[in-house]
Amino acid sequence: MTRDRKIEAAVGLFVAAGLAALLMLAVRVGNLTLQSDAGSYQVTARFENIGGLKVRAPVSMSGIRIGQVVALGFDPETYEAIATLEIEGGYDRVPTDSSASIFTAGLLGEQYISISPGVDTEFLTPGDEIGLTQSAVILERLIGQFLFDKASAGDGD
Amino acid sequence: MLAWLEVVGRGAVFLVRVLGGLPGAAFRGRELLRQIGRVGAQSMVLILVSGAFVGMVLGLQGYNMLVRFGAEESLGLAVALALVRELGPVVSALLYAGRAGSALAAEIGLMKTTEQLAAMGMMAVDPLRRVIAPRFLAGVLSVPLLAAMFSAVGVLGGQFVGVGLLGVDDGAFWSQMQAGVDFRDDVANGIVKSVVFGVVVTWISLFQGHDAVPTSEGVSRATTRSVVWSSLAVFGLDFVLTSLMFND
Repeated sequence: MTRDRKIEAAVGLFVAAGLAALLMLAVRVGNLTLQSDAGSYQVTARFENIGGLKVRAPVSMSGIRIGQVVALGFDPETYEAIATLEIEGGYDRVPTDSSASIFTAGLLGEQYISISPGVDTEFLTPGDEIGLTQSAVILERLIGQFLFDKASAGDGD
Repeated sequence: MLAWLEVVGRGAVFLVRVLGGLPGAAFRGRELLRQIGRVGAQSMVLILVSGAFVGMVLGLQGYNMLVRFGAEESLGLAVALALVRELGPVVSALLYAGRAGSALAAEIGLMKTTEQLAAMGMMAVDPLRRVIAPRFLAGVLSVPLLAAMFSAVGVLGGQFVGVGLLGVDDGAFWSQMQAGVDFRDDVANGIVKSVVFGVVVTWISLFQGHDAVPTSEGVSRATTRSVVWSSLAVFGLDFVLTSLMFND
């Protein structure tokens, strides 16, 4: 009987440790968000160019992660990219005149959307669109522009 | 060539009959528990220690590589992806084949040699249902749990080396990992891999034991073959599964 109880305890420990490891992989490593955040809401933002922005990229305000990009679309009329952002319920006081910019974390890092808060006393509600946006900075274009400016400056001399 | 085909055929029939015995095995709780204790719980220490060392080596190697590009913040992502997608399922399946699969092959082979399986057959007890099916189910249930432990401990090992010894920022280590590792694409696919490996390794080991020539030399050969074929099957299937899962 005691031998059986020992085996039961060992198997119990094994299963518990295995499930704990799975949970850790899901939540701590894979960042699985459980569908419990009922208060989250979606807003859209139009960008001229989203660069390398991907679905699931973080949305941050003052450097704090407040949500993520859930969809990227294209408007065939205006040729603009439409990003749908899901913002967590706890952050429901984003002024309507806030602006959204696409930044890169570090020189080679991932791209994310940063929201700079405006001054309006009204706040974004589900389905709203962020009017002020700033497109992704595309490094190749910047370098090209820099070289072009240099060349034309040289011509003027 | 013909003999080899015969082995493949016997193996397939064996698998089908074991699968048929699975519902019964699931209800034979005590035997199942004992087998999970043998193949799973007793492999746990080996898996945890190996996982920690593999994670630590990944931390060292990854850091040396990434620091050249000034991207050592991505260490957590590199370590986690390598473990969750590949090393966790593959290495834990190989360790399981060596630690538990060989024991299963030897045990079943010896049962056959001492005519215990034949005696059961005489008593109208199907040894495949009674002896083999519970061991098979125990193996299939244990391997994914072992793989998950391996990956989780490996990530902690990588964090110990990267953050604790080499000075990578702890926040960046975890946040880059969380931004880059997807639950469905990476973690869930890794679990699917380890389930497949669990089925294949346990099947090959039990079959080699059951198919052993009933002599001491035959049992020894069956044990060797169980490890050799299991390892080859794991590597081959890993290539196939990886190309199916991560080809986008």
